[in-house]
Amino acid sequence: MTNDDIREVVLDILADIAPDEDLSQLQDDVAFRDQLELDSMDFLDIVMELRKRYRVQIPEEDYPQLASMASTTSYLEPLMRDLEKVES
Amino acid sequence: MITQYSNSHIPGERPPLMQRIVITGIGVTAPNGNDLQAYRASLLDGRSGVAPYEIRYFGKTLAGVCDFDARKYQSRKDIRRGTRAGSVGVYAASEAVADSGLVWEKINPARVGIYVGVTEHGNVETENEIYEIKRYNYDTAFWSHHHNPRTVANNPAGEIALNMGIIGPHYTIGAACAAGNAGLIQGAQMLMLGECDVALAGGVSESIHTFGIFASFKSQGALAEHDEPARASRPFDLQRNGIVVAEGGGIFVLERYEDAAARGAKIYGEIVGYAMNTDATDFVLPNPDRQAQCVQLALRHARLNPEDIDIVSTHATGTTTGDAQECQALRQIFGNSAKTYFNNTKSFIGHSMGAAGALELAGNLPAFTDGVCHATINVDELDPDCALPGLVTNQPRELGDVRYILNNSFGMLGINSVVIIKKTSGQV
Repeated sequence: MTNDDIREVVLDILADIAPDEDLSQLQDDVAFRDQLELDSMDFLDIVMELRKRYRVQIPEEDYPQLASMASTTSYLEPLMRDLEKVES
Repeated sequence: MITQYSNSHIPGERPPLMQRIVITGIGVTAPNGNDLQAYRASLLDGRSGVAPYEIRYFGKTLAGVCDFDARKYQSRKDIRRGTRAGSVGVYAASEAVADSGLVWEKINPARVGIYVGVTEHGNVETENEIYEIKRYNYDTAFWSHHHNPRTVANNPAGEIALNMGIIGPHYTIGAACAAGNAGLIQGAQMLMLGECDVALAGGVSESIHTFGIFASFKSQGALAEHDEPARASRPFDLQRNGIVVAEGGGIFVLERYEDAAARGAKIYGEIVGYAMNTDATDFVLPNPDRQAQCVQLALRHARLNPEDIDIVSTHATGTTTGDAQECQALRQIFGNSAKTYFNNTKSFIGHSMGAAGALELAGNLPAFTDGVCHATINVDELDPDCALPGLVTNQPRELGDVRYILNNSFGMLGINSVVIIKKTSGQV
């Protein structure tokens, strides 16, 4: 998967867990929490969905890496670059 | 030999209610109506809410299914995060408050209490999670972090509190199928104790979303089957063959009479008596003597005689034994009352479990104004064991002035509950 693919995966997950949000204007360099109504349970949903969809294991100490789209994709890139994107 | 008990209170000698508690708002979602007017119209028009239904593992069956719009009061995210029972509760509670005419912004949220009866809670969510982790070879690393907040026993009441910003007490009352009445009784008691000024009380059910409840009733030989769904729930009929499981919710706004009168609220009725007792005889089978005692306790609590009751809303679920036993209990009390009529709401909507007591009462309360006792439908051949003289079958009956309604609700492990509502001045 490319960085763009990973971004799409994260966007898909966000669309599921925050269905009331408009994600079309999401700014990659701004923290999710500063532009979306996400709480700690939602971040755990992101972790769980990555585990379910791609078997990616994210240790708790790395959760801060999921702060923004930019930091999330750059954190996930080495973990997901060899994986095939699954169509959701 | 008469046992002398050290706690010498004689059943029935309870003091009368300390305060007058009235119903000032009603919110419902039933399989045949998503507000009181639509629900009442269905009951008077003979419209069933039972439909074909399919659930994982169990397969095709029948159920009372609600089609209320959860988005009316919840975001998509809250619906996803919460439970069906929570959505049912939020919908019914919000509708009840809207109906009550309370100016919600002016109500101190710390003085509102939420008391929601449930037959069970957590089965649906647990089954869902087990189904989900089956896809991952039962690896519990895939078990949702939402499981605990969804399955804590207070969940349906807590979701109402979260949604409506209520910061007074909230909890559920686990009372099997007596839970709707139990929620109402709890709400009334908390108002009497001064624990709140407004009580949101009643019951909810999400039970059609757990395959276990269908499978268990089936194994027990107590799950209704019929080629025509609308004819499957048939209490008191000779061909009855079990329960139709239903979902739904009924939440009442309760207030002290003085508060309701001071704000000029419309009043649906006054809770003038209630009782709960226990069979202590069987896990499943009812005990008609204890049921009769419960009715008697409620009548004495209300300082009423059987012939004062105009309508008895029966609990009967459509099982061979249970229906006949309730009739046996009712004969003991109302055998000489020529002016008491009996109906059964489950014949329309199935058994809505934790919501049953509340929904069945709600469906009857409009009789105070329209003077009509809705029927028990699907009685093609009345079981002689269930032939109560005042049983209203198949067609509604005009009674004229209805002053008292008595609502039965019984459940497994021998839990019995009875509530009596009186028509009041200021009646809507």
